[in-house]
Amino acid sequence: MSLVAPQHATVEDVVRDDAQDYLWTLNFGPQHPATHTTLRLLLKLDGERVVDAVPDIGYLHSGFEKLGEHLDYNQYVTVTDRMNYISPMANNVAWHTSVERLLGIEITPRCQYIRSIVAELARISDHLLCNGAVGLDVGAFTFFLYAFYQREVLYDIFETLCGARFTNSYTRVGGLMHDMTPLVIEKIRAFLRKFPKTLDDMDRLLNRNKIFIDRTKGVGILTKEQAINRSASGPIARASGVTRDLRKDEPYLAYKDFDFQVCCAPAGDCLARYLVRMAEMRESLKIVEQAVENLPAGEINVGINQRTALPSKKMVYSSIEGTISHFELTMSNRGFEVPHEESYAANEAANGELGFYLVGDGNDVAYRARCRPPSFIHFALFPDLIRGHTLSDIVAVLGSLNIIAAELDR
Amino acid sequence: MAIELPENVVISKLDQLANWCRKNSLWPMPFATACCGIELMATGASKHDLARFGAEVFRFSPRQCDLMIVAGRVVMKMLPVLQRIWQQMHEPKWCISMGACASTGGVFDTYSVVQGIDRFLPVDMYVPGCPPRPEQLIQSIIDLQDKIQREGTLNGREFNLESRQEPKRALVEIPSASLFDGARNPIF
Amino acid sequence: MATTDTTTLQALQGRFPAVTTSEFRGQTRVVVPSESLYDVLAFLKNDRGFDFLSDVTCVDYLNYRDAKDRFGLVYILVSTLTNERLFVRSFLNEPELAVPSAVPLWEGANWLEREVWDMFGIKFVGHPDLRRILLPPEYTAHPLRKDYPLQGRGERHNFPVLARNSA
Repeated sequence: MSLVAPQHATVEDVVRDDAQDYLWTLNFGPQHPATHTTLRLLLKLDGERVVDAVPDIGYLHSGFEKLGEHLDYNQYVTVTDRMNYISPMANNVAWHTSVERLLGIEITPRCQYIRSIVAELARISDHLLCNGAVGLDVGAFTFFLYAFYQREVLYDIFETLCGARFTNSYTRVGGLMHDMTPLVIEKIRAFLRKFPKTLDDMDRLLNRNKIFIDRTKGVGILTKEQAINRSASGPIARASGVTRDLRKDEPYLAYKDFDFQVCCAPAGDCLARYLVRMAEMRESLKIVEQAVENLPAGEINVGINQRTALPSKKMVYSSIEGTISHFELTMSNRGFEVPHEESYAANEAANGELGFYLVGDGNDVAYRARCRPPSFIHFALFPDLIRGHTLSDIVAVLGSLNIIAAELDR
Repeated sequence: MAIELPENVVISKLDQLANWCRKNSLWPMPFATACCGIELMATGASKHDLARFGAEVFRFSPRQCDLMIVAGRVVMKMLPVLQRIWQQMHEPKWCISMGACASTGGVFDTYSVVQGIDRFLPVDMYVPGCPPRPEQLIQSIIDLQDKIQREGTLNGREFNLESRQEPKRALVEIPSASLFDGARNPIF
Repeated sequence: MATTDTTTLQALQGRFPAVTTSEFRGQTRVVVPSESLYDVLAFLKNDRGFDFLSDVTCVDYLNYRDAKDRFGLVYILVSTLTNERLFVRSFLNEPELAVPSAVPLWEGANWLEREVWDMFGIKFVGHPDLRRILLPPEYTAHPLRKDYPLQGRGERHNFPVLARNSA
């Protein structure tokens, strides 16, 4: 049985251990351009080969979960934006999926579809950044510019949708902030038309690029057994041959209505993770296309009698029910009816299983808001993935794991 | 005695010449921790193009930089790192605090987040926004250039002024009972 | 939504009679005495195919209505074959804040348990590397406990101040 324990239990041990004095210690981070985020690695090197790596995290720990015990179910969505800031929409959707499960709210079909659309667009945006950064780190700068340009297009869609470039805070308990306007749908359609061409270009840039393949193939291999045993999820697990996708396995929102495939690869190395992400973007496009073309008509918020979603301003100003409902929801002690219960709901976010474990105590503020962060779990894999590879492979492995510090440390 | 100068000679003070050089060749050191870092990347990328303002040479080594842009929240564990990086930069140097979190702690009024880096570091410019748009960051760099041109001196006398030594605060704390005191006191 | 198969629950209760089960919004929770927690987890993993540990977390029930125990540990288990999801809970009280570590079963528990130790101060006996993960090592409190204030106890203000000319 092999435990995950690094060969050196503490950071100091790495420094002090002089039994093998030809090894030398390198401090990597917390402020290093190739980490993209704030994390620190203590590396033990034999020449250029990494003998051991001890991750040291917490350089961005900002107390998200404690804050969740003090902000109400609608306010906290702004904080989830800042959790995985590469795909905030997916976090918004995951948070309110969890809240609605705790509160027992069944959202309207239109809302389900719109949430699926924005979650998939967020996945594309996340994968673009992740793959673009992998390309940048191993020397393909042009690839990065292709990816970043499309991210600006997505930002533009989100800005039209909710007024913010990337801290969207778009969802609300029982509904959404705004309905989707025809302009947004037009922009999404334009994106659907143009983006496959960019994907083809990106494929042509890297998929047969000798330098890129040499630097990623066979690097950082995660086996299927390890992936399951070490709680890996999302594209990282799927690149190791785990056929697990919450969109299929535990369907939420409107995913059971869409025809799409789960993308897997057996190799488990950095190249497989890159290829899985590229393939997932195409599947996401398929989902968005189906959702946009079959968008149901109707309300986006649950009915006023459920007393969960804020009524529209028109209702507030023109009907007594609207006024009362609005007033009650904004009062701190008259809002949601929250059971004294606990529930968990997970979404397949871009990085993996993103879930919130919520404990309700009758108040409109969660008693405990635990987030299951995929980045945190994936970064724990890192020492095993890098052991035996060279120093320059660190950036390739880190990039392919897509570690987002704010989600890592919360 | 009047000396006739050729037409292509401009007379100025040495201070102003130095400032003119400094302000147009700011080398930023991106200290990007969180969401603002993504907007910082967008500022440098093709659409917004910071190069138009003479500040595009991002260097990740503090020893090569003279402008630190702190983008994102700084927490307890990170602050000593930030201070060390600041100390490693050469004079003259400036600091931009980008975004609400770096300036005041922003929404993260929690146990681990430093409530404004200006408590522990000198800051020259604050950029509001959560996160600020790239245009806002560019504006702050233009403002900083303006400030350097106005106040700068060749030997950096302005950094030694008595009035510049006290830490500035973007956020003034009101010493009333905390809103969050007690275990459960929901606010709205 | 993936619920838990009733045969799993029957087998579990046959083997460990002290286990109680409940259900909420289609999610099955079992409450396990902390003495038999490791045995239950091992049984679920080895005999019932719960090979994926989704999450380990903890809840501090200090001011919770009708709560008899202070801390509740939560293990979220998933079977990747059948997609069953099972929530294993166990309650702990001061001063015996220690449970056996689940790292021998799932290596993924390593960092999750370190986080619970960091945030709540619950010891995992047999954990290979139990030290603080998110907070600095010199930190003394466990911030997600309910008796710890949101804004901390002044730790965030405790740093030297650099003046403009002190570089």
